This record gives sequence, structure tokens and C-alpha cells, in this order.
Amino acid sequence: MSLVRLATRPTIHKTAWPAGVVPNVVDYEATRATFSWEAARAELTGLPGGRGLNIAHEAVDRHAAGPLADKVAFRWIERDGRRRDATYGELRAATNRFANALRALDVGKGDRVFSLLGRVPELYVTALGTLKNTSVFCPLFSAFGPEPIHQRLERGDGRVLVTTPALYRRKVAPSRDALPALEHVLLVGGDAGGIDCTLAFDELLAEVSDELVIPPTDPEDMALLHFTSGTTGTPKGAVHVHDAVVAHHATGASALDLHPDDVFWCTADPGWVTGTSYGIVAPLTHGVTSVVDEAEFDAERWYRILQDERVTVWYTAPTALRMLMRAGAELARSYDLSRLRFVASVGEPLNAEVVVWGQEALGLPVHDNWWQTETGGIMIANLAGADIRPGSMGRPLPGVEVALLRRGPDGRAVVHGGPHGTVEVIEEAGVDGELALRPGWPSMFRGYLHDDDRYAMCFAGGWYLTGDVARRDEEGWLWFVGRADDVIKSAGHLIGPFEVESVLMEHPAVVEAGVIGVPDPVAGEVVKAFVTLRAGHQPSEDLRLDLLGFARKRLGPAVAPRDIAFDQHLPRTKSGKIMRRLLKARELGWPAGDLSTLEAAS
Amino acid sequence: MNPTGARALLDRLLRRIAPEVDLTGADPRAPLQDLFDLDSMDFLNLIAAVHEETGIDVLERDYPRLTTIDGFVAYLADRTPGPSRR
Repeated sequence: MSLVRLATRPTIHKTAWPAGVVPNVVDYEATRATFSWEAARAELTGLPGGRGLNIAHEAVDRHAAGPLADKVAFRWIERDGRRRDATYGELRAATNRFANALRALDVGKGDRVFSLLGRVPELYVTALGTLKNTSVFCPLFSAFGPEPIHQRLERGDGRVLVTTPALYRRKVAPSRDALPALEHVLLVGGDAGGIDCTLAFDELLAEVSDELVIPPTDPEDMALLHFTSGTTGTPKGAVHVHDAVVAHHATGASALDLHPDDVFWCTADPGWVTGTSYGIVAPLTHGVTSVVDEAEFDAERWYRILQDERVTVWYTAPTALRMLMRAGAELARSYDLSRLRFVASVGEPLNAEVVVWGQEALGLPVHDNWWQTETGGIMIANLAGADIRPGSMGRPLPGVEVALLRRGPDGRAVVHGGPHGTVEVIEEAGVDGELALRPGWPSMFRGYLHDDDRYAMCFAGGWYLTGDVARRDEEGWLWFVGRADDVIKSAGHLIGPFEVESVLMEHPAVVEAGVIGVPDPVAGEVVKAFVTLRAGHQPSEDLRLDLLGFARKRLGPAVAPRDIAFDQHLPRTKSGKIMRRLLKARELGWPAGDLSTLEAAS
Repeated sequence: MNPTGARALLDRLLRRIAPEVDLTGADPRAPLQDLFDLDSMDFLNLIAAVHEETGIDVLERDYPRLTTIDGFVAYLADRTPGPSRR
């Protein structure tokens, strides 16, 4: 079942470069033809003395040792509007301290350091200091509930967790005993009164030196762990290595068009991959100043930040843009956004209306791009130096080879001759296929932690299968069609229906649950659950609210359903599996398609 | 609407959007999103529900005034409800 998207708006031609800045990629074909990842790697310096490649060195130390030492690397805007700055030199010292603190705790290479924090300075120090120590950084989103947090800490073998007293009390303490591998909890700020078995972040850093020599780092050493959701089973921990920085840097130039004098604002939370690859690493490797807003979305606040901080390059998400659109173009026009020269968006397909609204409200069209947790960096994009086809995700970046693969009845690419056999590449334009990428780019995931089987299943016929369905137009622009599986894309985040169903089924009144995404004008999709009640329980508004609260308490608002309906006859296959696709078809009034594998819903 | 009515409205609407939230004893001056696990979508749904129940249109620029219990009550108590759709 696909939501067909067609070109509904004329192509936007670039007639002049905003602010007179010539884009990094102007001749797309020529850049693609000459690009090599080897040459991209040579843009970085590597650790001194040929000791390898470390993300934090490329991001921080090499600038701190040169003319950029006193340049502002991060500007955090606190809730009350106050600013805190850290220069590259200060960031070097703070991250050295964090690495030394880890060393003092006997935390070393490959050990997993988790963060559960808002977008405060300590989060950024934790991320980069962890990388300097050759430990592995794994960010958690602070709007996760206790259940997703516990699962990720357990599955990721979290040895260290950096969080706040409030988040710790609410989301970690109740199940800490069930996490024997979690040795150290470092608390940032706040009142830690009455909390046992934790350490104070500030005190720990004050006790150690701010000098450090980054240990030898192999480019293939594990650096980042990002969890993502699949259709079935527990969340998957996508493993990324230090070599990923080559792609973060190259795509920062090609897709985000970063230039040395830019002021950059990536609105994504580092709890998700965008907020790490482009909210931390890429702007730093380019030596630009990054703005971080510690508060949640607020239309006026956001425009004020764009204006007051003189943001030039802005990377945000469709959900945020749609919320700004609701606030009206007049609001945007009451601010001076003249410094802004490039706007990009990621997370879910950007509808053509929003691209065009950008021209009216911001004076600039919005450039959609596409990638996912597993790819580690942007793969397909509308470029600053190229035409935009509103509603399209753009074209493959230099160094990225894309194919569309013919699909079978289950919606995924057809694979002949065993699970890793051959696939059928679609050559003609306008045909839906599963989006596939040729492995070999540096930020490609190197595995799912503790799950070799699921990793192997991602590859066939020499391609990485993305699980997304797209089509190509005659000139090579790609258009997102939908997911090939049941994973839900809400506000730019992937949500696995199985995770949500499992939690609902823990409620004593529920015997079974089916979870789908339903269209939403702001979030793209929102999670809706259908539950079958156990005998003896009657549907009622009170029970519905009880289930909603139960799911929210465990999963947090980012993952829990926004709506729950009772359904005593969930559609299922002959083998008894709930057919989420049919549930969705029924909910949205779509034709049901092939029902031959279904048990009659009696 | 008087302050008591505004507070009751907040209770009622939050119960619909985030039934797990219990406002009893909560700091009335602290942001609701800090006290409880509420995200931006929850907040937008709250604003939409205010309109649905009372007919009051909350302007985008006023959103920050509704983020605490005290702020919500003061804002709503200041306004005469329009025709209710219910």
C-alpha cells in the first residue's frame, strides 16, 4: 500500500546564490564523477604521528591547536534565553577532562557510555570526551520512558550513564538493580539528595587533568551506538566506527553546504542520529559555530534565535516546519532572517507545500534530504547548488550509489536464490522499488550489536536494503513512497510497532494489540493502537484512558500511542500473526489488497 | 471562566491527552513539560483541546504563557469563553 506522491509544484530554479555564497557543489554530475572517499578522507588530518583517526580529534582538537582555538564552537541557549558559549579551546579542555574522568573510573576502549540528558553542555562534553577515550557513545532521547531506556541500556551493555537527578529518579532508579553491567551513574546539576550509588559529574571532572593524549584509534574502532526500531523484536543497536567522520565531514560540505564562516543550527536532539552526526560532529569538523537551543519547540522563540544568532545554515525537520507554517508567514516576516542562506530538512518526506512555504516565509526554499540511522550520514539530498523538485528527496550525494529494487508480495525487495542471492534492479523511471545503497561509504553501520543475523538480513545481491520504498523520475530525482515494512515514522523518528504492542499486552485487560501509524498533518504519522480485551473486561472510556496512561508511563510520549481503540477482531494471517497492513488499510479506508493469506475475521 | 474553572479545565484536558499525569501537589510555577513527560505534540494537542472545549483561540505568540499551571489558569481566567462546540 503506497501513498503516491507526484510532482505537484513546478521545479524551483536557482537564479542567484543567497548572500553571494557559491555552493560547495554547483556542477552535480562533475562532482559525482570525480568524487572519491579516499580524497574525502584526505580532508581530515588524522591523529598526530599516524596514530589513526578519531572523530573527536577531527571535531575539536585539530581546531583547538590552530587559529580557531578562540572561536565559539557551541552556543547554548538556555530556557530563559541566557547564552553559554564554549570555544574550540574550552571544548578541548572540557572533553579532555571527561576522558580523564572515564579513565579514572577504569572505563576504557569499547566500553559503552550512555547519555540521558537534555541539550545541555554536559551532553556534548560527554559525547566528545567518550570518543577521545575510545569508549563508545550511545545517546538516549530524554522523552523516552523507563521501558525503552532500560532495553537500550541492557542491550547496549551500558557501563556508564550520564543523566540528571530528576531523569534518574523517574526513569532509571526503579530498574537499576536489573542492570548489573551499569557500574557508574554520573549526575549533572540539580539536587541529588537521597540518591545512592551515583557520582557528581562536576566533582569528577574537577579532580582530573585537562590535558590528554588521545590513544591510538583505528578508523574501524567502534565509536557510536545508535538504537533504531524494526518491525519485530527489540530495538537494534546500529554500530558506527570512527571512520564515519569522513562521511560526516564530506556530507556537511555537499548536503548542508557548510562554509567556514557559517553559523549553523541543527534542531535535532542528539538522542537521535541526526542530532549526533549533524548536531555535534559535522559542524565541528568544519570549524563553524553551532547554536543549540535547550528548550522545546516554540515558533516565536525559534524565529528569534534565527534572527539574533544570525543563523546562516539551518537543518531542521518537517514536523517543526509544519508547526511554523501553522503559525503563519506573517510571524516569520516580522523577524530579520536576512542572514539565513540555506535551509535543509530531514526525518520524513517534506511535502511540496512546505518547500514552497519556505520561499514565502523565510525567503528561501527548504531542501529535503534522506538518510537513516544505519547510513550514519545524509545519502540523498536536494543541494544548495541545484534545482529543487518540491516533494522529492533529491539525488544521491557524491560517493553514494543508489538503486531501486523490484518488490515481492511482502513489500520488500525480491531476492532470488537464498537470502543473500540476486535482486532485480529497476531501470525504468516511475516504478516503485525498495531503495538500496551500494555498501562502502565510511559512515555505513558495521553491524547491529549482538545481532549478526538481523545485520546479514539487511544485505542482498551486493546492496544494503533500506526498507524504504521510492521511485525515480526521468531525470534521476528520487521520490519517497512509503515504508516497505510496518515501522512507523512519527515526527521524524522510527517507532517499532512490536515495542508498543508488547507494552500494551502487559496490561492485565489486554490480550492482544496491533499498532500502526495513521496520517497526521503535523507529525507525518502518529501511533495508533488497537487492543483486544481479555474476557471479563468491557470497553469503556476509563479503561481507554488507563491504557493510554499505562503506555505513556512506560514508553514515554515519543513512543507511546496518541490514540487507542478497542477491537475484538484484529485481522490476522492463517498462522495467527496480526496483519498490521490490513489494520491500516481498514483504518484509512484503503482497498484491502490481497487477502488470500488472511483468516476470515469472524 | 474563573480560576477554579480554568484549573478544572486543565485537569480534564490533560486527562484526555496524558492520563498518567497527576497535577496534585505539582509546582504551579514550573513548566509542565519539566514536571511530567509531555512533548511538543502533547502541548499542541492541549492547545487544540482548549479551543475545542471553550472556543478560545490561543494565539501562537501566547503559547509560552500556557506552559505552567499558574500561567494556564491566569490566561484562561482572563478570557471569556466563546460558544462551546460541545
